[in-house]
Amino acid sequence: MTKKILILLFILIPINANALIEVDITRGNLNPLPLAVSPLSIDEKSRKGFEKILKKENIGSEISKIVENNLRTSGLFNPLDKKAFLQAPDIANLKPRFEDWNLIKAQALITGKVNYVDDKLRVEFRLWDVLAAKEMMALAFTTVPNNWRRVGHIISDKVYERLTGEKGYFDTRIIYVSEEGPKTQRIKKLAIMDQDGANNKFLTLGNELVLTPRFNPASQMVTYLSYFKNMPRVYLLDIETGTQEVVGDFPGMTFAPRFSPDGKKIIMSFAKDGKSDIYTMDLENRIVEKITNHQSIDTSPSYSPDGKYITFNSDRSGYQQIYVMKNDGSDVKRISFGNGLYGTPVWSPRGDLIAFTKLHKGKFYIGVMRTDGSGERLLTENYYQEAPSWSPNGRVLIFYRETKTNSKGEGFSAKLWSIDLTGYNERQIKTPTDASDPSWSSLLSN
Amino acid sequence: MRLNKILKNTLLVLAACLVLSACATKKEVATDIITGQMQGDVYTGTDTVEYLADGVPDRVFFATNESILTTASRETLRAQAAWLRKNPNINVVLEGHADERGTREYNLALGERRANAAKDYLMTYGISSDRITVLSYGKERPVDSGSNPLAWSKNRRSVTVKAN
Repeated sequence: MTKKILILLFILIPINANALIEVDITRGNLNPLPLAVSPLSIDEKSRKGFEKILKKENIGSEISKIVENNLRTSGLFNPLDKKAFLQAPDIANLKPRFEDWNLIKAQALITGKVNYVDDKLRVEFRLWDVLAAKEMMALAFTTVPNNWRRVGHIISDKVYERLTGEKGYFDTRIIYVSEEGPKTQRIKKLAIMDQDGANNKFLTLGNELVLTPRFNPASQMVTYLSYFKNMPRVYLLDIETGTQEVVGDFPGMTFAPRFSPDGKKIIMSFAKDGKSDIYTMDLENRIVEKITNHQSIDTSPSYSPDGKYITFNSDRSGYQQIYVMKNDGSDVKRISFGNGLYGTPVWSPRGDLIAFTKLHKGKFYIGVMRTDGSGERLLTENYYQEAPSWSPNGRVLIFYRETKTNSKGEGFSAKLWSIDLTGYNERQIKTPTDASDPSWSSLLSN
Repeated sequence: MRLNKILKNTLLVLAACLVLSACATKKEVATDIITGQMQGDVYTGTDTVEYLADGVPDRVFFATNESILTTASRETLRAQAAWLRKNPNINVVLEGHADERGTREYNLALGERRANAAKDYLMTYGISSDRITVLSYGKERPVDSGSNPLAWSKNRRSVTVKAN
């Protein structure tokens, strides 16, 4: 599929100015930082060159739009209306007239230019601190023209990182399950798209039921559940080559797969004789290990980012609750003690939190708690929602939400939503069909 | 009036807690509809039921989060076992299902547990495990697309399907 494309990155000028502006990401979108994204300037020759290859009238503005959209949807930034800009893009990139940008209340400014050089796309951009009248960052990229959307995402990540002090999450993809057809006979396909919904592609045809795809955090491999030949089994899919294989040789249903943080193992459930236990399989030597052994349902396992612990879902207390154990299955501790049922625990890539789904009094919640179960915080309540997946920087959760049908059983839909860890900035992620079971990739670059 | 009602509900909840001893965990799904087609929250109607043979219903129903066979379910399964003994060449798939009010992965396990409860019962009535395959669909294949307790009760089921 997407070939690995080299993106060369240069630091144009060493960063010497200390930032005066800073975005406090713990506060959510209460007060997004106003900034100006000046369209990347482009000379006429380059413009025509790219128009021919990419069928885009002005690739400079298109890349700026991606940056603007990413920063806006993060909820931390408020990109200002271009109509208010006083300075032309090419001149602004050379030396901004800071008083002009100050006048429209922009606190930061992004400028840049695009060139067509030896059949390549060369983009440089600069981030300016308007109040301090200083350059904060200057970078240049060279890549193949088709990669222009990724350039927009990488710029967004660099700006986000410079202004918040944390890694971004824009140069990433989402794998999910596309859904079509009546609720009683849903057709489900694996699909993948960029984090902003662009470049949607279907990876399976819909001939068999597929569920719960998850990315390998260390590569672009995916593990998922397929009902191929009516045998629900965990599969491994290489999205670069399209090859797939069944994971392990189990005499029954395997499900709820995830990768270990180093990508070398798959952890999953195996159901037999009415009980489900957690197993791992090493992808190199194919050795299978049984991690839990209990009469109950043990499922939805997820590793801590250091690989030393596993959180999982079990009904050994009688009802669905969240547990944490060591990676060899020892030291099992229940951590959820609030009212209601708890499922789908997922360890944050930062290591400090576990996201979960909670069912209480007929409502479903997405929430987070510390890894010892303290500090439970519910982020969003709805008729039905589940399966949170973390952005690679651990700031945003993506999940799916289903609607209630009317008295005739009509009006069902399933959509992807994201929400900031603060509980603010809830948004729907547009997909061409109904969608569920999202999983966020790690950053494609670096 | 309003306060009275709240007080009354609170008392009811308290009473329920004393009986169940595991308050606020079990009956999360509302059981506010009394339709005559449910007992507790187990479906007792026949709307969705098909027949493997005359007098042999193809499915049994379960309470929320449960895989315990009711008296009616055991009767259905005994009829299935008798029919299977008379037809020794027929093998079956037991398809276990859950309603939509639960997380996907847990429901896959729950469907498997329900189908196994049916399998175990068939085996105690002389049906060899070689003739039975268990297949869980979790919440993926509801028969009723409604979002109400009655629809959910129809969907919490184990269906016996001829495999050949």
